[in-house]
Amino acid sequence: MISADLFSNAVVSGILLGGFYAAVAVGLAITFGQLDIVNIAHPAFVIVGSYTAWIINTRTGLDPVLAGILVTPIFFLVGVAIYRIYYAAFERTGQESLSGLAFFFGLMFIIEVTLILVYGVDYRLVNAAYIGESIDIGFVGIPYRMLVPFIVAVLLTGGVYLYLSRTFTGRAILAVAQDRLALQLMGADPVRVKQFAFGLAIATTAIAGSLLIIIGPVEPSVGRLYIGRVFAIVVLAGMGSIPGMVVAALIIGVVETMVGTFMGPSWSPAVSFGVLLLTLAVRPAGLFGRQ
Amino acid sequence: MVGSAPRSLLRTLSIALASAAFAGSAAAAAPLKIGFSMALTGGLAGAGKAALIAMEIWRDDVNKKGGLLGRQVEFVYYDDATQPAKVPGIYTKLLNVDKVDLVVSSYGTNEIAPAMPIVMRKKLVFPSLFGLAVNDQFKYNRYFQIMPAGPEPKVDWSRGFFDLAAEQKPKPKTVAIVAADAEFPINAAAGARKNAQRHGFKVVYDKTYPPSTTDYTPIVRAIEATKPDLVYVASYPPDSVGMVKAAHEVGLKAKMFGGGMVGLQFAAIQKNLGPLLNNVINYDFWVPESTLDFPGVKEFLARYQEEAKGKGVDPLGHYLPPFAYAYLQVLEQSVNSVKSLDQAKLAAHMHKTTFDTVVGKVKFGSNGEWAKTRVLMVQFRDVQPDNLEQFAGPGKRIVLYPKNWKSGDIVFPYKQ
Repeated sequence: MISADLFSNAVVSGILLGGFYAAVAVGLAITFGQLDIVNIAHPAFVIVGSYTAWIINTRTGLDPVLAGILVTPIFFLVGVAIYRIYYAAFERTGQESLSGLAFFFGLMFIIEVTLILVYGVDYRLVNAAYIGESIDIGFVGIPYRMLVPFIVAVLLTGGVYLYLSRTFTGRAILAVAQDRLALQLMGADPVRVKQFAFGLAIATTAIAGSLLIIIGPVEPSVGRLYIGRVFAIVVLAGMGSIPGMVVAALIIGVVETMVGTFMGPSWSPAVSFGVLLLTLAVRPAGLFGRQ
Repeated sequence: MVGSAPRSLLRTLSIALASAAFAGSAAAAAPLKIGFSMALTGGLAGAGKAALIAMEIWRDDVNKKGGLLGRQVEFVYYDDATQPAKVPGIYTKLLNVDKVDLVVSSYGTNEIAPAMPIVMRKKLVFPSLFGLAVNDQFKYNRYFQIMPAGPEPKVDWSRGFFDLAAEQKPKPKTVAIVAADAEFPINAAAGARKNAQRHGFKVVYDKTYPPSTTDYTPIVRAIEATKPDLVYVASYPPDSVGMVKAAHEVGLKAKMFGGGMVGLQFAAIQKNLGPLLNNVINYDFWVPESTLDFPGVKEFLARYQEEAKGKGVDPLGHYLPPFAYAYLQVLEQSVNSVKSLDQAKLAAHMHKTTFDTVVGKVKFGSNGEWAKTRVLMVQFRDVQPDNLEQFAGPGKRIVLYPKNWKSGDIVFPYKQ
């Protein structure tokens, strides 16, 4: 049974959900898509972002999103430090493929266990006036709990895109992804550029985490649920393309909600990954990747 | 020289006798080891850690009284990380390497079932903590489940929700059933279907969703499109929160909403959802209503709440901790009665005895489940925003079912 209002609501819900996915995946589009670093701990950093927003929100009453924005410089510095360790231990010696993957796996577990030891395992939620309320536009109902993350995600991904395409450092990040040696010949230090890019990617997780905890409760291991989904979005987009990542996130979001509404939610992951496989079969480099 | 030989022999004998006596007393004082796995990390860790606190309170209580069979009780446990695949290895190690004297289960259906073949091979009694219908497949006669699901766990789980619905005037006609794609919710949904059929409710929506779902509004909208009178939800904590919020955002117009939502029993979630919970009818096992004021339960909870401070677990502990204490009380009372660790005698005693515990009188049926169901259906009432303390006392979760424990009347239809 497909009615116009159900269809419209499913499409709008999918777009809002896709926006949130884009916020979670934008950091990975930089690390995995542009720097070739398989940062499997990316969703774990998102959870750290959620916990940070939760701590600030419960102690000061500050809006979770503002809390997330406030701590981005700290996340940036943590990202820079992690890249320095990764570079010194693996990338410099050419062991980044397997050992580097193990490093990020280990990092993910360390983050989870640290959160458990420090904050326990209870579910954490935040308070904000807009959570639980919704706005009706015609027959389309929009929960603020999804609308706020969508708006923030648009600003975040738009900001990252403009930064990468319009600034000198941003272009250097794109250049290091394409030809590290050429960048070196131009007098730029690829390691410094990459550490800045990695810091930027981790900084985005502070905001993405604050969006996640607005949508639902968070506990230390919940990030694992997002590993497959965010990697799928980056691959579907075409490794490193920010506009492509946004389109891929919207496709995954809309497919999930349409399938969930009209076929049954349990089909959503299968259909979403089916779309990924089908796209890769037709366009192996992804939607916006260079063939 | 002649005289020194007997003296030397005597001395050797004395030392040997003294050593034997010492060894004997050491053996008598050797701790009685109870082994188990527990979810201390991963998705079920919130409940697992709370259960462990309750179990440690029991251990300290027993040891203060002199232990079991004159031996101090010691726990040997490992974190199963909420991964069922780890459970068989843990129980094998507990039995073959750690040589524990008794075993009890981890928390939850998914963690209990993998331990069953190991425990059954050794023919051990197996007190279990909140597994739904685990013994339906194994039919093990030394399995004893402390969760008061009842003799037909799958059906009894949702019996109250549908019995209450059938009593309302006008009688509801249609039901939507939605469940997470996981062992417990699927079992709960199967029972809900049988109860719906028993009362003649037409099922207009019957679907599952993956646990990785982020946004539940499309699901609730699809349910609302079928215009059900009743919505039965079988879900885990994050999904339960998502469903309640989505029901409010979408403006769900069902007459009854809830049923089998895990998480609405946890204080942090109750506090956060606040008034969104009002009039939701959901299962529970113990709430601070006067009809459920069993001897010892308030004292136990006071101690639990003290121990739980700063540990990041449920601060009130109404849901699981009293039962985690009680399943060890059952074991304690059985060992003290049969005065041995003979597993056959313990099992026979557990089958025939009614136990007095902090969760009330417990009597097991032939399949190891409670002989009579005590799955409560409670309705959230007058819940205020951002207030944890309100849930510590009576009046916020009114018991509607079963009638023996009823503390108030239903508000019908469901309206926020």
